[in-house]
Amino acid sequence: MSARFVVGIDLGTTHCALASAPLDDEKARPAILPIAQLVAPGTIEPKPLLPSFVYFAHESEGAQALPWDAARTFVVGEHARARGADAPARVIASAKSWLVHPSVDRRSGILPQGAPDDVEKISPVEASWRLLEHLSEAWDAEHAGAPLAEQEVILTVPASFDAGARELTVEAALAAGIEKLTLLEEPQAALYAWIDAMGDAWRKELRPGDVVLVVDIGGGTSDFSAIAAIEREGSLELVRVAVGDHILLGGDNMDLALAHVARAKLEAQGKEIDRWQMAALVHACRAAKERLLGDAKGDTAPIALGARGAKLVGGALRTELTRAEVTATIVDGFFPDVPPTARPVVRARAALTQLGLPYASDAAITKHLAAFLGRQAGALATLEGFAAANHGDARDRTPTLLHPTAILFNGGVLKADAIRARLVATLGAWLAADGAPPARVLDASDLDLGVARGAAAYGLARRGRGVRIRGGTARAYYVGIESAVPAVPGVEPPITAMCVAPFGMEEGTDASLPPHELGAVVGEPVRFRFFGSTTRREDKPGALLERWKDGELEELAPIEVTLPAEGRREGDVVPVRIRASVTDVGTLLVEAVPLSPNKPDERWRIELSVRGG
Amino acid sequence: MPETPLPFVTRIWFAWLCYFRVLFDGAFAARAFAARLPSPSPAPSPALSPSPALSPALSPSTSSALQLLSLLQREGRLVDFLEQDVAAFPDADIGAAARVVHDGCRKALRAHATIVPIRAEDEEAKLTLEAGFSAAEVKLTGNVGGSPPYKGTLKHRGWRAKELRLPTAVEGHDATILAPAEVEI
Repeated sequence: MSARFVVGIDLGTTHCALASAPLDDEKARPAILPIAQLVAPGTIEPKPLLPSFVYFAHESEGAQALPWDAARTFVVGEHARARGADAPARVIASAKSWLVHPSVDRRSGILPQGAPDDVEKISPVEASWRLLEHLSEAWDAEHAGAPLAEQEVILTVPASFDAGARELTVEAALAAGIEKLTLLEEPQAALYAWIDAMGDAWRKELRPGDVVLVVDIGGGTSDFSAIAAIEREGSLELVRVAVGDHILLGGDNMDLALAHVARAKLEAQGKEIDRWQMAALVHACRAAKERLLGDAKGDTAPIALGARGAKLVGGALRTELTRAEVTATIVDGFFPDVPPTARPVVRARAALTQLGLPYASDAAITKHLAAFLGRQAGALATLEGFAAANHGDARDRTPTLLHPTAILFNGGVLKADAIRARLVATLGAWLAADGAPPARVLDASDLDLGVARGAAAYGLARRGRGVRIRGGTARAYYVGIESAVPAVPGVEPPITAMCVAPFGMEEGTDASLPPHELGAVVGEPVRFRFFGSTTRREDKPGALLERWKDGELEELAPIEVTLPAEGRREGDVVPVRIRASVTDVGTLLVEAVPLSPNKPDERWRIELSVRGG
Repeated sequence: MPETPLPFVTRIWFAWLCYFRVLFDGAFAARAFAARLPSPSPAPSPALSPSPALSPALSPSTSSALQLLSLLQREGRLVDFLEQDVAAFPDADIGAAARVVHDGCRKALRAHATIVPIRAEDEEAKLTLEAGFSAAEVKLTGNVGGSPPYKGTLKHRGWRAKELRLPTAVEGHDATILAPAEVEI
């Protein structure tokens, strides 16, 4: 069967959404499909957002029936999130963030952490699979005769996802029965959504020479990308030139910070807050934040919390948050006015090995932004059209940060005018100090659902109905080779990084085979250290780096290959070369190619993202 | 379980039997619903089948009214509020509770219903009702008599539910439980 729809899926850290457009209608634009989900026991409701929570019901609760499965034992969506406050040990939240956790085995059953014995724990990959499966089933229930497995699906991932996390996402999607799959970076999807909403007018808003900074602050993560507009052969092209790090910091952190402020005020009145009330307090604080940071009316927002029992009157707690408190906690706390040289406080590497999500240790998003723009100051140096423009103008010093000319916001947090204003002002000050003009704001129409819509719009663009963003892989990848030097106690042998995949590899292309060989032992797993770089754009496959600047290379989870014994003796060392390619889906494929093959085209796939440490 | 197909006559009889049992026996219907799936699913747990004492066969209108009550209780604690005797409490306590109820119920109402005024004019505005106005939409009060057009003052704008989107209940769900009792272990 050929596809009848193009479907965009935003698999978010806190929420998922799905948009689709029929392929047989030239004028059709992406539309959001409300996702049927349990919102309370025995109650189904379609909602535009599917909260990314998985709840394992206790035996005593009976089946958690869905219209398409009467015997289900787990819940995905709104009811699962609500149960997170009642029975937290049975709920998986932020499944997506676990996919990028470098030091856990992402294919082993570790979630929910600390679950009671009757819960059969699942892997981070399976948790994402359950979310995607729910979306897939909800789609199928609405589209008889056009199951999702037959549609063209665009699944979004954070731009900061490395090759391993992308592959695990694809693994989850395939398990959920999504077959015709392509990955797309979320900030790119946000820009596609903007282009789709603007219609043809977008070409007036973006001109060659523009650099769009996409600031995407979701519930659990923040993600930055830079996309440049260039002119090639007379037409406008968009190129994604840089992506930021994966920052586990988002709107939920802000609501929680505010809830702690309100809690302190209630406790000062001599009131006690239990876990259940704390969850309600977080909700109330989110509403207060949106109100006080959203419009100018009123300087306080009341916060009222019911007691847990049926006696509501007399037990309800009341306090209020003032505009000053919300501004100090959210705007100054998470978006402090810092100089462009500010950098987030880096946590010691040892802390990363703990079994828990590696949350950002510095809550200041503006510092993360400064670090991104600073690190990517040279991102445009090799881009045609920019190289000349930037060096040719009056400024004779090299820029200390990447200069965006426009900002596109995405994510629910950025609905707040005060936060947007702070980001624009801070960035404006940095640009002014660097002698660059201020960046203008591109109006995003839908901060919550833009990514899903944009993903579907990309699916249409790919079929020739609109402009496409080029860019390829956002990192160069390296294999670590230990140098053969005499061992010195207490000193790690120096490591040489060999480039295997250059920056910016497009989908469906192969990297050239580097000349250097590595040894693989037949019959036993051989591990290599694996590195990525978001800044080294010039390294060709085979390039050897003996030293690099601090922060230039980031160590990823190791990669592993096991050579089967077919036609070779176990224990033999086989010289191999490493070849990388990017699949049509958008994942990196790394293979070991023997120097003396036993059969034509012999090669072995190297597993990415095996457990670290 | 016999794997061999049943004879056709037996199947006619069985189909007829199923028709009535699915209609009148909720527990059987839930089992049949589960059995239509290709994979062997475990027998439904007791919680799925309604307990006979609590669940009379509800007409659709009753169950959607119960759902609305359940929704307003879940989101805005409305049943807690109305069931409590508030006479002895000071206004400050009632005010704090009213905020909880108002915030939650308003959110629930806005999410599930689109409610619009019937008349666009401001209250206390003078207006003229021409012949043929809808008596269902506009109620005449005061010195009612004679024939249209009527001149009068708008006292209440009226409300119309333009749209109502209620959740659907899962097969076998007991709608009379507006909120479950909660026991912390």
